[in-house]
Amino acid sequence: MSDLTPKQIWIVGAGPAGIAAAEAALESGATVGVIDENPAPGGQIYRALLGVMKPEIQSRVDALHAKGVLFLNQTTVIDAPAVGELTVKGPNGPERLRYESLILATGARELFLPFPGWTLPNVMGVGGLQALVKSGLDVSGKRIVVSGTGPLLLAVGAYLKQKGAKVVRIAEQAPAQRIREFTQRLVGYPYKLGQGIPLMLSIGATVRTSAWVERANGSHVLESVKINSHQEPIRCDYLACAYGFEPNVELATLLGCELHRGFVEVDETLRTSVPYVWCAGEPTGIGGIDLSEIEGKIAGYCATGNEKAAQRLMPTRARWMRFAAMLEVTYALRDELKTLPNPETILCRCEDVSIEQATEWNGSRAAKLHSRCGMGPCQGRICGAAGRFLYGWEHGTVRAPLVPVPLSDLTERDPELTNHTN
Amino acid sequence: MTELIHILINGHAVTVKPGTSIAAAVLNAGTTAFRKSVSHVPRGPVCGMGVCFECRVKIDGIEHQRSCMVLCSEGMVIETDV
Ligand SMILES: Cc1cc2nc3c(=O)[nH]c(=O)nc-3n(C[C@H](O)[C@H](O)[C@H](O)COP(=O)(O)OP(=O)(O)OC[C@H]3O[C@@H](n4cnc5c(N)ncnc54)[C@H](O)[C@@H]3O)c2cc1C
Ligand code: FES
Repeated sequence: MSDLTPKQIWIVGAGPAGIAAAEAALESGATVGVIDENPAPGGQIYRALLGVMKPEIQSRVDALHAKGVLFLNQTTVIDAPAVGELTVKGPNGPERLRYESLILATGARELFLPFPGWTLPNVMGVGGLQALVKSGLDVSGKRIVVSGTGPLLLAVGAYLKQKGAKVVRIAEQAPAQRIREFTQRLVGYPYKLGQGIPLMLSIGATVRTSAWVERANGSHVLESVKINSHQEPIRCDYLACAYGFEPNVELATLLGCELHRGFVEVDETLRTSVPYVWCAGEPTGIGGIDLSEIEGKIAGYCATGNEKAAQRLMPTRARWMRFAAMLEVTYALRDELKTLPNPETILCRCEDVSIEQATEWNGSRAAKLHSRCGMGPCQGRICGAAGRFLYGWEHGTVRAPLVPVPLSDLTERDPELTNHTN
Repeated sequence: MTELIHILINGHAVTVKPGTSIAAAVLNAGTTAFRKSVSHVPRGPVCGMGVCFECRVKIDGIEHQRSCMVLCSEGMVIETDV
């Protein structure tokens, strides 16, 4: 396995938090590298459209390149074998990286909850469908139902409409009253309000509140969905359904970082409980792009000893944390969602373990041992998160490799292991 | 104009724009069953970002590749439902 040039700062994740962290760390004069699984930098929200980034993001990435920041794209961190070391898997196979300080900016994924029919092809996530459209999926003329919770439903609904789709319904589980209160408090965040108004004008008429998908129908592919507030099933080509976000804390957990309420615990300098490891963006709390950007900057400064520069940003971070708290209250998930799956509904999609089979045992660990729930390639990222909401399951333990890799990559990591398996 | 990319999906020749993920190309070609689950039912992409592993296909003979995380490149051979 080859050793890449050591960097003072390695950043995992090239979304808003990771890019901002790279900029700040560079300002302090550090040598910086950024690792991301995706083919191009940008993370979720800045995801390139058919390989082309928005000009303002492209110019930030170009500026970082020009100043010597190394971007390892299509490269996944799979292990943290020793203090100051990461194992990554990229197009050239596994490599080992050395860092003095590490900034985790690993973002979040969507939370998917089971309901009858949720495993049918063409039932997808909300950001998930958008990501596919950004990478070339043609939705023009397609009938699409968007459901779940949060402002992303509107953003994606409007985006799909702009791409020629017929967005037939947006089903938001939160009640109208809570959304009204949220909107009133948005006056304190005029620029967010400014983002929301055009979305409402574009797509607002299709929104129903206190509404959720009870069932998806189809034999081999999605044909229609049944929404609680409608008598008749709604015919559609795609269902985009997600219930907010789940932080990507697996790498932090592998490194030994303490979690609090499922998020990585950090102090105000965004230092984790593990020496030389900082964390920024969604893994510390779900607050959207502005909180991720500001946290990236703070972590980038603090990880390079420039706490003075970070101090100035702390009031702004506090402001966006209040916004995050507003989001959490407004879009809190209702208990009815826990009653949607039947006993035979699949919970673990990788191993096809039903709700009945998985809940025969107490807790995620027992379910895993007895039913293989969470043992598949996604390593419980989907069913584990659902189980935490549905049954209060604990966070499972995390083991390397963080994503499945061919045995040869692992054995190469450890010559001893090669001998054992021979 | 950027040049189009030629790939094969289940033996059919398909042309896509640069920057197209394999998952998007497969769906655009009208295929919704990307893989067969453990109990042999069809599955397709869910998360679009590399987490769920539901979009796995065979790319150039290598099985179990996440099609949402790989962009199409000239001459690629893709097989689904494996
Ligand atoms: C699918 C999806 C779509 C979204 N769309 C929108 C939208 O349209 N508008 C909006 O306001 N918000 C959107 N969001 C919310 C969005 O996550 C935040 O607003 C913002 O992108 C968060 O920035 P971040 O830098 O914290 O994380 P992210 O942007 O999520 O960036 C994290 C990056 O880390 C990488 N990563 C994680 N683990 C590893 C690893 N082990 N090895 C290598 N790389 C790794 C990921 O590939 C990702 O690129 C979306 C979220 C998701 C999940
Ligand atoms: S769609 Fe989830 S990994 Fe590709």
